[in-house]
Amino acid sequence: MTMEEATTPQVERPPASVTGPWGWARANLFSTPWNTFLTLVSAAVLVWAVPPALDWLIFNAVWGHVKPEVCKQADGACWAFIAEKYRLILFGRYPFKEQWRPVLAVCLLIAMIVFSCNRRFWRVWLGAVWMAGLAVFGTLMWGGVLGLSPVETNLWGGLPLTLILAVVGVVVAFPLSIALALGRRSRMPIVRSFSVAYIELIRGVPLISLLFMASFMLPLFLPTGMKINALLRAQVAIIMFTAAYLAEVVRGGLQAIPKGQYEAAQALGLGYMQMMWKIILPQAIRAVIPPIVNTFIGMFKDTSLVAIVSLTDLLLATKQAISDPNWRAFFVEGYVFIAFIYFIFCFSMSKYSQHLEKTLRAGARR
Amino acid sequence: MADQDRAIHVPPRPSPWNDPKIRAIIYQIVLIAGVVALGVFLVSNTLTNLEQRQIRTGYGFLDQEAGFFIGETLISYDAASSYGRAFLVGLLNTLKVSVIGVVLATILGTIIGIARLSQNWIVARLASAYVETLRNIPLLLQLFFWYAALTNLLPASDHAAEFGLNIFLSKEGLRYPWPVVEDAHIWALIALPFGIAGAVAFSRWARARQMKTGRQMPLLWPSLVIIVGVPLIVWLMGGAPSQFEIPEKTKFGHDGGAAVTPEFLALVLGLVTYTASFIAEIVRAGILAVSWGQSEAAAALGLRRGPTLRLVVLPQALRVIVPPMTSQFLNLTKNSSLAVAIGYPDLVSVANTTLNQTGQAIECISLIMAVYLTVSLSIAGAMNWYNRRIALVER
Repeated sequence: MTMEEATTPQVERPPASVTGPWGWARANLFSTPWNTFLTLVSAAVLVWAVPPALDWLIFNAVWGHVKPEVCKQADGACWAFIAEKYRLILFGRYPFKEQWRPVLAVCLLIAMIVFSCNRRFWRVWLGAVWMAGLAVFGTLMWGGVLGLSPVETNLWGGLPLTLILAVVGVVVAFPLSIALALGRRSRMPIVRSFSVAYIELIRGVPLISLLFMASFMLPLFLPTGMKINALLRAQVAIIMFTAAYLAEVVRGGLQAIPKGQYEAAQALGLGYMQMMWKIILPQAIRAVIPPIVNTFIGMFKDTSLVAIVSLTDLLLATKQAISDPNWRAFFVEGYVFIAFIYFIFCFSMSKYSQHLEKTLRAGARR
Repeated sequence: MADQDRAIHVPPRPSPWNDPKIRAIIYQIVLIAGVVALGVFLVSNTLTNLEQRQIRTGYGFLDQEAGFFIGETLISYDAASSYGRAFLVGLLNTLKVSVIGVVLATILGTIIGIARLSQNWIVARLASAYVETLRNIPLLLQLFFWYAALTNLLPASDHAAEFGLNIFLSKEGLRYPWPVVEDAHIWALIALPFGIAGAVAFSRWARARQMKTGRQMPLLWPSLVIIVGVPLIVWLMGGAPSQFEIPEKTKFGHDGGAAVTPEFLALVLGLVTYTASFIAEIVRAGILAVSWGQSEAAAALGLRRGPTLRLVVLPQALRVIVPPMTSQFLNLTKNSSLAVAIGYPDLVSVANTTLNQTGQAIECISLIMAVYLTVSLSIAGAMNWYNRRIALVER
């Protein structure tokens, strides 16, 4: 104690100009003339844009159930439109009385996604949980058993449709993509060229052309008389598309595995399947989980393209809600509402992916 | 004894079903057989189905009269033109949107990427808010929004908003003055490549001179003067025609001048703002990837901020930036196909209309895919060439 006092006699506090809010502002807002200019310009933009935006969104907005005429008088947003149409936007043309079923199904899917985000549950049985969860989802939506009235897939719509396209897309595309990635790195020339051809062909064309192909050409490909419904057709296109993109992500992971791992596995006498399944893939996939999550985000957004081939997903359901002549003037509110829903999903997933990137790298850091 | 020795040195040949080489051949034969069987199955199904629906296959329909109108064309087209011509119009429209979109998105994305790294707290926050919002909302939703906003919220064409210089914005789109095209303009346009070639030659000469004498030549201004100057002289020699066609107010709005449709505006606006949010992240990552020591070393050598950025930081950042940037350019080109949803007559829209009129699904979709594959592969090829040029040459 005395030693310390002797060696560090009087600690001078830093001058007031570099600490506290004033110091922070000097360092971050007014450090140079150019910086000051930028601060003033962006502050002016904020003052010009934010209060009117808040007025429109909240303070002058019309809330609750009112007639569209009331909204037309007001200056702000017409949230009455959402109050009137939210069932149509969220669940499409699903029978009105049965809409508790899609509510439950969506809650189940979201709960499973949140559950799977926890690294403690990344075990083989998680796959079984997903299979069971998807089965319950299907039962709830389709009905026809347990006293639930049957609902055809052409009546499905809104958020459950968007979610199921994305989730089934990634669940089915993932094993396919592993096969494609392994094929692309295979030593067998024919296997390799088939994989390369598939991946590059799919990645070279827009998703919309695949969706067109699925909705116009797939019926021609099947034996005469065999019907395949519109939802499944779009789902096939999304799976084919996602598999190609995921395959490139997985290939990145495979390339990151040092050669010594392969050699060590072979030295232990493991065959190809054992080597891949037990040694290579667990490491490779672990290394690319963040980009896999990013691919999933991209695909979640891309499911909105099914609106073009007339599947009533969240986007098309909103367009239908807007096309009501009484409420046509309030399209901005409708688009803002679903933009917010998409944003919540995508933003939380991207934050999760950034978090994973940090924690997964923790082991490799020294 | 001797037998045992030989057994140790020469291992017995594995039985054929355990030999990896033979196995590989068998696997591949099975794969080919499977793919061929699937192909035969699909083709035979398709042929039977087409026969039943009495659809003729082949690309012969491309010569038939299209019979539909296209609102926006770069080459002459009317309803009596052939389907083939319509496809060409669509393809040119796709290329137009893509080229303009790529250029604008690169500029906007670079500005926002640099803004995200700004020392200024507010600017950095605003830039990240932009990126996080735009890239977490589906592009199609943004396109629908822009299109609805442009066609609903803008004033009607007889009350078009004027921005000075005779530029008018209304529900009908954007109208602006355009020079009356004369021969001198065309000659000037032809002279432009010569100007660029001259600038390249000048910079080669300047570099050679610097290598020899060590003296630097200013590069930027002389090059710009050559690029702009050569067409300008040609234009002046052609008599300097400078008559502009100015949009005129008529009973129903404005006429004359050049115009872009609200569909085109919405598509470009949506594609550019969306893609810029991805490009911003790429630019940011690229600049962050150049280690701080490089800038410090440049400063220690006495380079000022400008040359440091131009000669030290950017060349290294470009190596990180170019590959992901390529895939963003490709994404923008492929995303321009969403034009079909807002009615801009791009390749996919035209193909979709043709498909609905003729029922030639296979032909139309294969044309779309072939065109996009060609465009994708050529952009990828060009960017790979550029990437190889700027790649690190290791000794």
